[in-house]
Amino acid sequence: MLALVVNPVAGVGGPAGLAGSDGVGVQRDAAARGGVARAAARAAAALRVVADAHPQAEILTAAGSMGEDAVRAAGLVARVVYAPIDADTTDAADTTAAVRTVWEAGATLVLFAGGDGTARDVAAAFSRDEASTASAEPAALGIPSGVKMYSPVFAISPRAAGALAAAWLSDPLPLHEQEVLDIDEEQLRRAHVEPRLFGMLPVPYRPGRTQARKAATPAGEHAAVVAAARAAASLFCPGVRYLLGPGGTMAELARQLGVVGTPLGVDVVLDGRVVRAGASERELREEISRGSAKAVVTVIGGQGFLLGRGNQQLSADIIRALGPDPLIVVAPEQKLIDLQGRPLLVDTGDAEVDAALAGFVRVITGASSASIYPVVAPEAAATRPHNTPITEGALHAT
Amino acid sequence: MSLPVTPKPSPRRFHQARWDEPIVFELHSAGERGIAVTPIESGVRDAVGDVVAALPDSLRRTTPPRLPEIGQMRVLKHYLRLSQETLGSDLNVDIGQGTCTIKYSPKINDQLIEVPQLRELHPLQNPADVQGALEITWRLERLMAEISGMHAVSFQAPGGSAGIWTNIAMIRAYHASRGEADQRDEVITTIFSHPSNAAAAKVAGYKVITVYPDADGYPDLAAMKAALSERTAAIMVTNPEDTGIYNPAVEEWVDAAHAVGALASYDQANAAGILGITRARDAGFDVCQFNLHKTFSAPHGSGGPAAAANAASEALAPFLPGPRIVRDGDAFTVHEPGEQSIGHVAPGFGVVLHVVRAYAWIMALGAEGLRTASEIAVLNNNYLMSRVLQIPGASAPYATGRRRIEQVRYSWQELFEQTGITSEEIGIRMADFGFHYWTSHHPYVVPQPFTLEPTECYSKAEIDEYVAALAEVAREARETPEVVRTAPHNQTVHHTHHDDLDDPERWAITWRAYRRKYFGEGSASGAMAADGSAA
Repeated sequence: MLALVVNPVAGVGGPAGLAGSDGVGVQRDAAARGGVARAAARAAAALRVVADAHPQAEILTAAGSMGEDAVRAAGLVARVVYAPIDADTTDAADTTAAVRTVWEAGATLVLFAGGDGTARDVAAAFSRDEASTASAEPAALGIPSGVKMYSPVFAISPRAAGALAAAWLSDPLPLHEQEVLDIDEEQLRRAHVEPRLFGMLPVPYRPGRTQARKAATPAGEHAAVVAAARAAASLFCPGVRYLLGPGGTMAELARQLGVVGTPLGVDVVLDGRVVRAGASERELREEISRGSAKAVVTVIGGQGFLLGRGNQQLSADIIRALGPDPLIVVAPEQKLIDLQGRPLLVDTGDAEVDAALAGFVRVITGASSASIYPVVAPEAAATRPHNTPITEGALHAT
Repeated sequence: MSLPVTPKPSPRRFHQARWDEPIVFELHSAGERGIAVTPIESGVRDAVGDVVAALPDSLRRTTPPRLPEIGQMRVLKHYLRLSQETLGSDLNVDIGQGTCTIKYSPKINDQLIEVPQLRELHPLQNPADVQGALEITWRLERLMAEISGMHAVSFQAPGGSAGIWTNIAMIRAYHASRGEADQRDEVITTIFSHPSNAAAAKVAGYKVITVYPDADGYPDLAAMKAALSERTAAIMVTNPEDTGIYNPAVEEWVDAAHAVGALASYDQANAAGILGITRARDAGFDVCQFNLHKTFSAPHGSGGPAAAANAASEALAPFLPGPRIVRDGDAFTVHEPGEQSIGHVAPGFGVVLHVVRAYAWIMALGAEGLRTASEIAVLNNNYLMSRVLQIPGASAPYATGRRRIEQVRYSWQELFEQTGITSEEIGIRMADFGFHYWTSHHPYVVPQPFTLEPTECYSKAEIDEYVAALAEVAREARETPEVVRTAPHNQTVHHTHHDDLDDPERWAITWRAYRRKYFGEGSASGAMAADGSAA
């Protein structure tokens, strides 16, 4: 049986430029900066795919914004088995308790909407050192709705999550134990990016539907990062506002430009100085309205996302406002190689913008070096064939 | 009735000779001589005078060279011992050289080049005295033009990468002749083309754009078209690529490049699988190059000088390097580079000994023989692939399920995930069985790669023997991984450290550089001291 647990505040810090949503203080700050939670909408988008295949499906869930609303929005039947004490101020303990409750109610697959923080709370519900009277541990699958999603327990899009869940209801898929990773947001804001392992979750698997583990750039590649950043810096023109996205490569670019960047935020650089640091989506829009601008982004290691993971400030509206040819993409070659043939991804949440960005992008990889690489929206990536090993007997003449 | 002989185990047992031989400079012993040169006879001296005095001051040393002083027998033992500490191509089944496995190189070709007329040939000899060598060179040019479909050929480039450099130098000169040198500043290549294509283009001052394979594992035509523009000077591609995958749309690649005014350069360094089957010019390429030392019998692999054959279409022929050999009736003359030529890329007209080997090889085989050699190379390779893919943990990523041309870049990724044993560790262990093994160029685009090329010259039994060793090492990786991890066990040297090779402050490719960097010695010349240090 399928279950849904939504973290209602997941992702609220992304559009607000806060590099995460962990903690009540950050969530309050995000709301004040115009941040809007998007987990419920993305959960509903996932369940609509389930509804298309299984219109009569009944979903185990938690009350109100923790799942019930999304189930109903998708046109499915909600069987509420958990209710938070205060529906307006749910926290990590509610997520853990809700997952444990749907498990005990017979869930075989728990869909959860959130980010890495939510995944940690889900994994806590499955803690194996506690005796449990419940049946075998259910599978889990993340609907990507947070800011940080380093863990390979998330589907690559809400619709992909829905497709996996629908397939699961028809015929359970094989499971892979996947890591639940998270990074300390406070550490991240001080430019220290080091995911930690918080547990494992059994995730239903179908190639092309879940994110690969996000890989940190090895120290040995520092020279390659410097070369790529230096090459990008040489392209900067006077009078143009450059919206520098988050990531280690962008931090090196900032260093090459002689400015101090915000490690996980989007900074606006004009003529060699930062004119807006850690900008929110609203602030970016203001900057773009003042003249010519381009967004500069890198490839999220191991996953291939250009937009939609960790840089939600660069929203669909912002990309539209930047006009044609809105992106400069900078990454060391190894990041493309690590994708092992998978395309780059854009997930702005706006299908029209994603489609406009799809095609090929020139990735600056070093001095006088670039690679031309395919970009697709996650939905297209899910159907793209992959270069998988072959076995004897599968050979054909060329 | 069977012979009372114990069957040999499979894979065979092997142990490399180990001599702990010092390097030659450390054998220095002051006063020893290899040869005592006979004093000049008085009659000769009276006839020719003081020849040393005739040398200009600029060519005269003020101090003797710092060469080691060693007795003749010790020198002989030194090099014989070193030869026993190698896995030479005449010793092992070297299909693990991948992309560089040498084709059949008949020993009679070595005898041919040992004739005094060739062995003592000098590039500055009067052309009238070396008509035979010039004729062979000219004839091989015509043969290579026929093999490539091109108009004219030069053997001046003294190596594979030098040949690729010659291609881009000609392309640069061509665009300059049309006033487009500044406009066209980009070169497109593919991630599985030999990296010398990107490197040569960069050295020539171009920006390089790399195209990845498409979803089916073939060079991505749509991506290449997206990269093309009026700024494109050329596409520079290897085909079949280093994966052994032949680009089925190669003609469309060339046409698309031409449509924007760019040229097309074909890296055919390894043409072992396509001789007599496809031709560069027939696909529309403007320039191409072969490695005589890879495809046409000449030895290579740190075994001596290399030799490229650069071939050009009629439009690009004026840009070929010189000097060129021109036939005038029955005579052959040497012409200095023309006005549009890129000039000299090396002294003389190339490595003539390799030219003679290649000429002999082609003439021995004939046109049909060339094609047969390629067909056997492709057959051997696909037989090898079918055997390798039966080993659990091995795979052949990209263009899955399709046959390959002359080589395959395989992957041990699955075995690595299951055992933690890397491809490099497997390669080191393979040496314990007497086999060479190569992974891939860096960066490793195929994870945990290994590249095998059997060519046309290995028998089924030898291929089976190699595969048996691979399978044995893969079995060890699962059952006794420490054996693999701590290999080699039967080799002359154990693990070596590569760090020094990546650090300009520490690498030393000459004895003098080694003494300077590690002992702080100056570069002043002087005689060798007894301990091998500078006096």
